[in-house]
Amino acid sequence: MSATTTAPITATPVRMTRRPSARLRAWSTRGPLLPALVFMIVVTQLPFVATVVISFFDWNALYPKARHFTGVDNYQQVLTDADLRHSVWTTILLTVTVVLVSLVLGMVLALLLDRRFRGRGFVRTLLIAPFLVVPVAAALLWKHVLYNPEYGLLNGLLHYVGGPQPDWISTTPLLAVEASLIWQWTPFMMLILLAGLQSRDSQQLEAARVDGANDWQIFRHLTLPHLRRYLELGALLGSIYIVQNFDAVFTITSGGLGTANLPYTVYQSFYQAHENGLASAAGVLVVIGSIIIATFALRVVSSLFREEVSRA
Amino acid sequence: MSTVAVRTSPRRRGAGLGLVAWLLGIVFFLPIAWMALTSFHSESDAATNPPSFGAALTLDGYREFFGTGGGASPWPALVNSAVASVGSTVLVLLLALPAAYALSIRPVKKWTDVLFFFLSTKMLPVVAGLLPIYLFAKNTGMLDNIWLLVILYTSMNLPIAVWMMQSFLAEVPAAVIEAAQIDGARLPTILARVVAPIALPGIAATALICFIFSWNELLFARVLTGVVAETAPVFLTGFITSQGLFLAKVCAASLVISLPVLAAGFAAQDKLVQGLSLGAVK
Repeated sequence: MSATTTAPITATPVRMTRRPSARLRAWSTRGPLLPALVFMIVVTQLPFVATVVISFFDWNALYPKARHFTGVDNYQQVLTDADLRHSVWTTILLTVTVVLVSLVLGMVLALLLDRRFRGRGFVRTLLIAPFLVVPVAAALLWKHVLYNPEYGLLNGLLHYVGGPQPDWISTTPLLAVEASLIWQWTPFMMLILLAGLQSRDSQQLEAARVDGANDWQIFRHLTLPHLRRYLELGALLGSIYIVQNFDAVFTITSGGLGTANLPYTVYQSFYQAHENGLASAAGVLVVIGSIIIATFALRVVSSLFREEVSRA
Repeated sequence: MSTVAVRTSPRRRGAGLGLVAWLLGIVFFLPIAWMALTSFHSESDAATNPPSFGAALTLDGYREFFGTGGGASPWPALVNSAVASVGSTVLVLLLALPAAYALSIRPVKKWTDVLFFFLSTKMLPVVAGLLPIYLFAKNTGMLDNIWLLVILYTSMNLPIAVWMMQSFLAEVPAAVIEAAQIDGARLPTILARVVAPIALPGIAATALICFIFSWNELLFARVLTGVVAETAPVFLTGFITSQGLFLAKVCAASLVISLPVLAAGFAAQDKLVQGLSLGAVK
């Protein structure tokens, strides 16, 4: 690339004069984008449209001949069904608990990792590891290896201090699912918040220290406002993934003991009960919930994105 | 670092907080360490209370898992997972690279709108399209076919890949590309000599993250595959109900099936945040 600086600038117009027609140019620009765009529309948008259509039909896969249009009956049934309403509540509770607790823990870990200490890189690696265990494997690990009332590690450790030997999954089923998810998602929050901490303006921090601000004041008035959007981003992305969680609920409790969330209920109502119409209506409701979260998520992402673009 | 109002010396407190960080790191890693240790214990040593930390080590758990003890072999499932993950990652790169090019180096009009369309599809939950996809697969004979998962995993990862690669390609300075054009370099040369060296680490990280998400996926695989195209996570669901003494086997299975993800994750560690936050955080 050493020749670039010496190349005569006048060479450009000469090449530019042989430019193809504007329309052809526009298509050659758009061309590379089309395969990905068409692929996404066909594979993700069309099935969703089909889900919406099916949700207006009374359709049990075991009685295909009895399929008929019922309008909003499925929605009425979903919204008045006690089990389904409970699964809506479970989904909200599960998502909010996991996201909030992992955010707080992630924040503590990010603040600790933001300081220099011996072996920081290694500790960071240890902390990321839970996020890199296959979700089903992580759920199995918690279910059999940690929670098992007879030989699980938790009760094994309690045994040493003479503590009780509870059956974790039967006594606190939802908490058991939540704990395993918090263990997996705290590293995710930590990584996002650590990136936020490291993007702070070091001159501003230095100036605050010179002016005599203590650590708490710096955290409260400089770090926290700066981290706000990173906290929002972590919360929203975490919500999007955890609202959809299927693996942990399916593995640890198989949706029993009142832990069935919406994705599990949708899975069960068409895969086991063959109620296609009902499953679709529940699916559409999950989408509406996600759209509400996603609208906020997109706003946060786009504000961070604009900042990046304007900085570049 | 010369604050006046601190009571303990900053150096000592720094060391104390470092110790806390170490402690928390170990607590978070403990379940994985215990899983690894248990996988090398015999079944009777694995299921004791209090836990037997110093029991003799053996490879029996792994032998059991790989089916030499008479159980179902995990190899077909591992091969299926490899096909689905690698296949979809290759397809994602083939589709995302040109798209990212058209959204960064030579951007189309309203390129930010297109970018946000891709992102919005990622926020559509899997259950939104699961039933029609299942019915479609059933009617076209694609059920229990690994290539259906390749297509679906591609759609699952394409938005992430487009976002990540857009941000990596945007890091290639426009001036360098223009300079190469002035020198008379044609597009393939520019891509190979100018764009690739700068964007390659990012592209590799993108590929690793797509691989992780595909390897981990359960819901599609559970609903759409059976005995032939079963993937590794579906194989693991066979361990959900207890089967007597099987703890060492479960640990060996979980560890072996998580190894590719752990390896890919540590390899992509520096770009992991960027990928997981869809390129919003760098």
